[in-house]
Amino acid sequence: MSHWIIAPIILPALLAPILGYVMRHDVTIARIGSIAGTIAMVAISAGLFASAAGGDITVYRLGDWPAPFGIVLVLDRLSALMVLLTSVLALIVLIHAVATNWDAKGVHFHALFQFQLMGIAGAFLTGDVFNLFVFFEVLLIASYGLMIHSGGRQRMRAGLQYVVMNLAGSTLFLFALGTLYASTGTLNIADLAVRLQQIPVEEAGIVRVAAMLLMIVFAVKAALFPVQFWLPGAYSNAPAPVAALFAIMTKVGAYAILRVHNVVFGPDIEATGDMAGLWLFAAAIVTVAIGAIGVLGARRLLPLIAFSVLGSMGTLMLAIAAFTPGATTAALYYLVHSTFAAAALFLVADLIVKRRPGDSLTTLPATVQNGLFAALFFGAAIGMAGMPPLSGFLGKLFVLDNLRAPGQMAWAWSAVLAGSLVTVVGFARAGSALFWKSTAFVLPENTVTESEEEEEVPITHEPARAWEVAPTMAAIGALAALSVFAGPAARYLEATSDQIIDRTGYVAAVLSNPDGLKPYPKPHDAEDGGYEGDIAAKDDDHTTGEAH
Amino acid sequence: MELVVASAIGVLTAGGVYLVLRLRAFPVILGLSLLSYAVNVFIFSSGQLAVNLPPILQKYGEASYTDPLPQALVLTAIVISFGMTAVLVMIAIGAFLDSGTDRVNVSRDNSDPEDPVK
Repeated sequence: MSHWIIAPIILPALLAPILGYVMRHDVTIARIGSIAGTIAMVAISAGLFASAAGGDITVYRLGDWPAPFGIVLVLDRLSALMVLLTSVLALIVLIHAVATNWDAKGVHFHALFQFQLMGIAGAFLTGDVFNLFVFFEVLLIASYGLMIHSGGRQRMRAGLQYVVMNLAGSTLFLFALGTLYASTGTLNIADLAVRLQQIPVEEAGIVRVAAMLLMIVFAVKAALFPVQFWLPGAYSNAPAPVAALFAIMTKVGAYAILRVHNVVFGPDIEATGDMAGLWLFAAAIVTVAIGAIGVLGARRLLPLIAFSVLGSMGTLMLAIAAFTPGATTAALYYLVHSTFAAAALFLVADLIVKRRPGDSLTTLPATVQNGLFAALFFGAAIGMAGMPPLSGFLGKLFVLDNLRAPGQMAWAWSAVLAGSLVTVVGFARAGSALFWKSTAFVLPENTVTESEEEEEVPITHEPARAWEVAPTMAAIGALAALSVFAGPAARYLEATSDQIIDRTGYVAAVLSNPDGLKPYPKPHDAEDGGYEGDIAAKDDDHTTGEAH
Repeated sequence: MELVVASAIGVLTAGGVYLVLRLRAFPVILGLSLLSYAVNVFIFSSGQLAVNLPPILQKYGEASYTDPLPQALVLTAIVISFGMTAVLVMIAIGAFLDSGTDRVNVSRDNSDPEDPVK
């Protein structure tokens, strides 16, 4: 049993307290430690990615307890891909934060950053839904700290709203898990998949409630309509590098739906049917529309980017909602693309906003390096909006190509195509106001510049150094690479989506016992005891548990 | 007993939802606490309610026992919600001190005309 699987969780978990307690007084040492740790994490996750690429599902049993009893970490193509994506994004964001001095504007940036990585990696690797909840909490509590990093009035209030929203979501998650446990008697994803197949349709009421509750919880994380409203406020008020890191946080919700609603509540399972897909599809259509309209209507740069992230989550969810192998492949491609596109936009916005009074999209005299920033913004924006030659175009084409079912095609195609057009218009308007008109603009004498963040934010007029621009370029470069190597990437992702949909392979890998331990001891019969409550579904599943 | 537990969960949830929908930070924190109490009792009862039974297997597994897993789950949930409430209180205090208002919604403009604190 390879112990490397747990390394992406252990490494940041050990590094963060050291950063927080030992290295906090010296920002240089903290930076070196944090960057070294993140580079190590990229290396580890690249190794895991290579080992999972062959198609083996590796199971790491914590405490060596066999699967339905102990908690397991599962490394398959999907989780390896997500962990690699997280660590690469984290490295890019961390270098940006260090180069632009964001990390020194408040305390404990690096410790919180590492805790955030631990939570995200854990959420991707775990094979147990309650453990997924715990890792959600780990990544959330770190994100609360990062969200209000360096303070400020507006940011603290947006942070409070973000915390309240997510705590309500966590409570809902617990309700969902309680319902799921009451109706199935297990919380291991593979074991749930086995038991769900045995629940007859007429007794599936509680399970369906649990499936929908879980979907709502994941939709809160993924910012789907009607629980998308926290995202623009949170992302546009968070420090820009943190917002760039948050690009992976919405993907955690998407990943959870991809995993749980394929393996456990898949469309071919009688108890739940295609209920999840239908609701997701409708919600995703509305999310695309809200994102596009928000991009067009935004009057400040950071909310504009936040709404474009919302639109991209809608497009991603459209593909996930189809629950077919082809659409899942497209969804994975678009997921990787939109993560880097959102990060690139937030990073370039940070470079621009630092050199302007506030981030409002009004025409002001051009900043230094106007051409460079314009080029970077242009690159990131065409990636996000889905114009060739970057991977956004291929990703959207891929998604649309796989949504050809009769009831699907008209809605999905018109939503994505119209949404893309509106997003292009919105970005073009923002770009021309920020970069183009500003070159010929001279500030009139008596104008008071409207600045929404009139407080402490100082404006620099220094040109950006190479290190400050490099992370943005790396993110855009990732989009270009994803576009150039679209063929190999699509083939790999096709294998990944086959593995996601192959429920039996996952279940067999997780529930197998190489040590010869009995997976199910004789279940205790609850009927003859002094139970006052007698839930029929629970008793049923005790007997069905015996059957295999 | 089911009736008592179920109605307790219901009342706690209803009160929690009502308080979360207030605009001020303090009622919202109270509401989230009520919600977390409700969900703790809910998880506790998800393994069936049993009275006077040990949460461990008796010898040979013949005697009845109450499901121990929800008890472990609820312990985790209590610890997490406790820590989260502490973080929430700190952030709410920070937001109040920074902005001079304890309203939870983020207004479009920064001036809150009806805000008595400012």
